[in-house]
Amino acid sequence: MRARIAHIASNTFREAVRDRVLYNLIAFVLLLSGAAILVGQISIEIEKLVVINLGLTAVSLFGVVIAIFIGIGLVSKEIEKRTLYTVLSRPVRRWEFIIGKFFGLAGTLVVNTFFMGIGVFVALFYVSHQFVRADALILVALYFIVLEFLIICSVALLFSSFSSPLLSAVFSFSLFVIGSFAEDLRNFAGMAHGMSRWLATGAAYLVPNFSAFNVISSIAHEQPVAGQLVLQNTLYALFYATMAMSGAVLIFERRDLK
Amino acid sequence: MKQRRKTSVVAATCLILSLAAACIVLRRADQMRPQSTLDEVLFLNSPKVIKRASLGYDGLVACIYWTRAVQYFGNRRRSGAGSYNLLAPLLEITTQLDPHLVVAYEFGGSFLASKPPFGAGQPESAIELINYGIQNNAENWRLYYDLGFVYYMELKDYKKASEAFERGTHVPGAHPFLKVLAAQLAQHAGEYQTARMLWSATYQTSPDEQIRENAAQHLRGLRVDEDVLHLQEAVTRFGERTGRLPASLAELVAAERLPGIPVDPDGHPYKLTPEGRVEVRVPDDFPFAIKGLPPGYTPQSKFREHLQSE
Repeated sequence: MRARIAHIASNTFREAVRDRVLYNLIAFVLLLSGAAILVGQISIEIEKLVVINLGLTAVSLFGVVIAIFIGIGLVSKEIEKRTLYTVLSRPVRRWEFIIGKFFGLAGTLVVNTFFMGIGVFVALFYVSHQFVRADALILVALYFIVLEFLIICSVALLFSSFSSPLLSAVFSFSLFVIGSFAEDLRNFAGMAHGMSRWLATGAAYLVPNFSAFNVISSIAHEQPVAGQLVLQNTLYALFYATMAMSGAVLIFERRDLK
Repeated sequence: MKQRRKTSVVAATCLILSLAAACIVLRRADQMRPQSTLDEVLFLNSPKVIKRASLGYDGLVACIYWTRAVQYFGNRRRSGAGSYNLLAPLLEITTQLDPHLVVAYEFGGSFLASKPPFGAGQPESAIELINYGIQNNAENWRLYYDLGFVYYMELKDYKKASEAFERGTHVPGAHPFLKVLAAQLAQHAGEYQTARMLWSATYQTSPDEQIRENAAQHLRGLRVDEDVLHLQEAVTRFGERTGRLPASLAELVAAERLPGIPVDPDGHPYKLTPEGRVEVRVPDDFPFAIKGLPPGYTPQSKFREHLQSE
């Protein structure tokens, strides 16, 4: 079982690389080096801050876009090309296929984030000419970004398991936006009464909460991240991704592929 | 194959020429549009809305707004525009998006507080901004110093300036000169030596080259003010004693037993006008001096040249 999942995952990764997904690294490098050189000339005393903020924001946004646009096509493309039938005609279970796809996409994003992370550190060294202890906090921000990707991958796969690519993209992106406002949704629930309170609270817990993962700004100011938050975020991402993947498996298992 | 190559060459040539033409046309269009319409627009002016719209990436958006504030201030100052209407809102958005962006309080406060043509001439807005900074960065002693500085230099409110320095002394790791400043203000508010201490402290503690240069210019201006004040007093004494004005600085120096012909910070001797006024030789070299300037002198032209060369 593990071998089958690993095989599907490695194929998904190879396919993503063949699709030139990693080309975004070129855009990323251009963006960062441009910012590192230009910002010093057009602003005051925020070179390092911009490199960290821009670098990590770009890592996050590039990754979100890749996760959504690859994630939504993972199942539908296989159906369209009819390769899914070849795969499923072998001793591969539907749920193994979905899980394998998830790990393949997650692996692609981890590799992408790894290279972008190197880019951030190189740009940081370029503007600061040295590393300080607090720069290690960037690794925490990158880890949180990866956790965010796990959730988005799972959500994209969930939508992709029952919907068309276009609708899946709309749903996934909307959920990403709503997830960024999850704190507001919870505050709104706190202010509401009766039925609307229950509905708002339910919605606030149902959508992924991305605000806890975003520590870019505080890390740019060298503020430490609590170890407890790292643990909580890890658990939250794992539980949420598992929940979404379970939903995807449930739907895909029942889906009529004829 | 040959045909395809020909097409590629034509397409590449068209691409380059069209891009160049588009750039030229755009530049012409920019020149035709009035500058104010480009500058004076803040499409979103609610920090809360912008924070929401940033989808959690508020640190980066704050950096963008800070850069925009710097650019806006620089452009307005260079063009000699009298109003800085968008400066305070831009700084408010910046600091609400990232309350820990200390540089925005330090420089922003200075941009807002300084009198025109050096700044926006809005010390109250500067105080509001720096107070917000202190609220969010209470551990940063420099913000207390900046607050006291604005109270002292721009509002001449020595009591509040002293209070701000005093509060700063309680911050762990605060520079010891805050204590000296607080004490100095209690006894010698409004005196040259206090102002000199403030600018010297700024010069010595600021890591930023532009701030240090500004402080150095102020210190030069203060020295001129002090020299001219003392020389003018000497001229008055000479007049009271002899019933006439000194014919030259040399005569004044001899009568007052001064160590030599007094010179300005650039080494140029001061000059004495036939009306008995002591003046600097090159007033444009001291943009912050208040005394020793020829009657009706305005530093604008030279100042603008200086800004344009920055």
